[in-house]
Amino acid sequence: MDGRTPFAGTALQKAVFPNKLLPYLLLAPQVAITIVFFYWPASQALYQSMLKEDPFGLKSQFVGLRNFAQVLGDPDYLNSVKVTIVFSVSTAVLAMALALFLATAAEKVVRGKGFYRTMLIWPYAVAPAVAGLLWLFMFNPSMGTFAYLLRSAGYRWNPLLDGDQAMLLVVVAAAWKQISYNFLFFVAALQSVPRSLIEAAAIDGASSTKRFWTIVFPLIAPTTFFLLVVNTVYAFFDTFGIIDAVTGGGPAQATQTLVYKVYNDGFVNLDLGGSAAQSVILMAIVIALTAVQFRYVEKRVHYA
Amino acid sequence: MSLRTLILSGILAATTALPAFAQTEIQWWHAMTGANNEVVDTLAKEFNDSQKDYKIVPVFKGTYPETLNAGIAAFRAKQTPGIIQVFDVGTGVMMGAEGAVKPVAEVLEAAGQTFDKSQYLPGIVAYYSKPDGTMLSFPYNSSSPILYYNKDIFEKAGLDTANPPKTWQEVFEAARKIKSSGAANCGYTSTWLTWIHLENFAAWNNVPYGTEENGLAGTDVKLELNAPIYVEHFKDLAELAKEGVFRYGGRTSEAKQLFLSGECGILTESSGGLGDVVKSGINYGIGQLPYDANAEGAPQNTIPGGASLWVFGGKSDEEYKGIGEFFKFLSRTDIQQQLHEKSGYLPVTMAAYEATKKSGFYDKNPGRETPITQMMGKEPTANSKGVRLPNLPQIRDIENEQFEALLAGKQDAQTTMDNIVRLGNEAIAEVQ
Repeated sequence: MDGRTPFAGTALQKAVFPNKLLPYLLLAPQVAITIVFFYWPASQALYQSMLKEDPFGLKSQFVGLRNFAQVLGDPDYLNSVKVTIVFSVSTAVLAMALALFLATAAEKVVRGKGFYRTMLIWPYAVAPAVAGLLWLFMFNPSMGTFAYLLRSAGYRWNPLLDGDQAMLLVVVAAAWKQISYNFLFFVAALQSVPRSLIEAAAIDGASSTKRFWTIVFPLIAPTTFFLLVVNTVYAFFDTFGIIDAVTGGGPAQATQTLVYKVYNDGFVNLDLGGSAAQSVILMAIVIALTAVQFRYVEKRVHYA
Repeated sequence: MSLRTLILSGILAATTALPAFAQTEIQWWHAMTGANNEVVDTLAKEFNDSQKDYKIVPVFKGTYPETLNAGIAAFRAKQTPGIIQVFDVGTGVMMGAEGAVKPVAEVLEAAGQTFDKSQYLPGIVAYYSKPDGTMLSFPYNSSSPILYYNKDIFEKAGLDTANPPKTWQEVFEAARKIKSSGAANCGYTSTWLTWIHLENFAAWNNVPYGTEENGLAGTDVKLELNAPIYVEHFKDLAELAKEGVFRYGGRTSEAKQLFLSGECGILTESSGGLGDVVKSGINYGIGQLPYDANAEGAPQNTIPGGASLWVFGGKSDEEYKGIGEFFKFLSRTDIQQQLHEKSGYLPVTMAAYEATKKSGFYDKNPGRETPITQMMGKEPTANSKGVRLPNLPQIRDIENEQFEALLAGKQDAQTTMDNIVRLGNEAIAEVQ
């Protein structure tokens, strides 16, 4: 790409509003939405996290930071942190590796490129719970077709009891859904790699593998980094539907991620204070992740 | 359309939507799906057609836990329905909410009837009553766990198709034979391990689940699930799982599928699961819930599962009268009989049970009486009235997690039961 980046220095014009009230008016809807859908519930969660209350809210007691102490001292919570990390990293790596492979393969297709791309983008439109059910129907030990095939082949497939197999199943389901999104970004990134560089390397005798790792891969690194953050956030927060449909957090908490635990403790076990404390901790994690994204990713993504 | 006409038409629509005459509407939140949902709608319609002062409006609110949550959220927002269906394990949660609910005995009195405990099936009433005997909720759909077996598989394995195994020891032996003879891939499976292998296991074998009459006499309960009888039982189960004779299906009713597909020869499941078994067309038989051969005085009696109807507090007298009338309608012998024969739920009143017996229904449908006889066979003891904990859903979660670790071969039976007691007691102490 050349120097036509939209934010290139002086090109940015400073907007001047003659009316002092207008900017506030224009901002008001966004601010209102943020207050109603973020600040208000967030403050409620913060307040709830310091209470000990029965489900109906008939008796409530202020306990300060006791809920937090309890959550952080709970071995189940620490297990959940571990599960979340394993799940997120595996999902992100798998989804990105496959998407990159498919994107490079789609680049090489000469005829029907559009068709391939469309087909690969489709799974993104599937809702997480539906994606989860889809995989569940294929691999459920009681009724899944693939589960039956696996067992016939002599493999002990039972994600209902085997935690590692359950984890594998949710990771694959979650990654499958995210591949399309990553594919789109990788296709765009690959198109921005200058043809001339690749051709020059080819003329110098570099093999296609060597060309990929020494030229293409470093040039799309910013996209890769951006996707890493997006995929991690996805695996952290948007996979509730998949886990709920496929494993319900089991077996023996093997797939209970932090977000799933908030739901389970709050809505199944009716421990509202503990659940609120967990969601406050999650909120802190989101804020930290967002800060990282703004500080590093946004800066490094404009490399041209 | 201009803004003004829009607003005007809105006001118009809102005013005309009001009912033409003063009929009291009562919402009934429930969690019934499929055929059971149709039963709910039919009942509401029949009641609404039978009189014109009250109108019952059934509203489907999702799964059992989702319905309970909807009720809790509604209470917090002060927008409660008249009637809400709460599943068995939510009973303790509702009982803890004193002031939020109105005992059904009082509601029935509001409708001008005297509440006579002796009219109802004792096993069911005991479960939904306070220690002093006041009935708190109306038992709408009650079931009890029974044994289903596949007669074709039994035949192939050389087992007696007329006499299903009676004790757990016999079940395990039969299951091994099914597997070793090649009659089926798996001998035995079970739905709801917590309900069948702990709560009902305790009652049926007359051993305590916890102190304080399993929570019916008080809330300060200590679990007693690591007694030798439980440890031995789960040791056997884990062994069978290792041999591939017992197959784990999941925490709720997923295992039913393993039986319906002919994968497993024996199943323990709720009597409410009968409809699906009949529909599948397999050659099935029904037996009593197995008991432990080493337990003294077993079998005692089983405890009900299913759900009951709760009434929220803070409603008008008129509404309570309507709800009372509806419960009176539900208790009618012909209605109860219809509910029992159609859905497989147990009848709630003695009169309905007697009437069904007289009609010859049980002679034509052998096994359909089993869930009732095993629940009513003996006067309930301190161990067999039921299990009630303010956080039973959470305790079941703990139990399920430990079972999964046990059946996956990660820990032994003693550790499993000790963990359940330790973690369970911690969780109970937390809500005191």
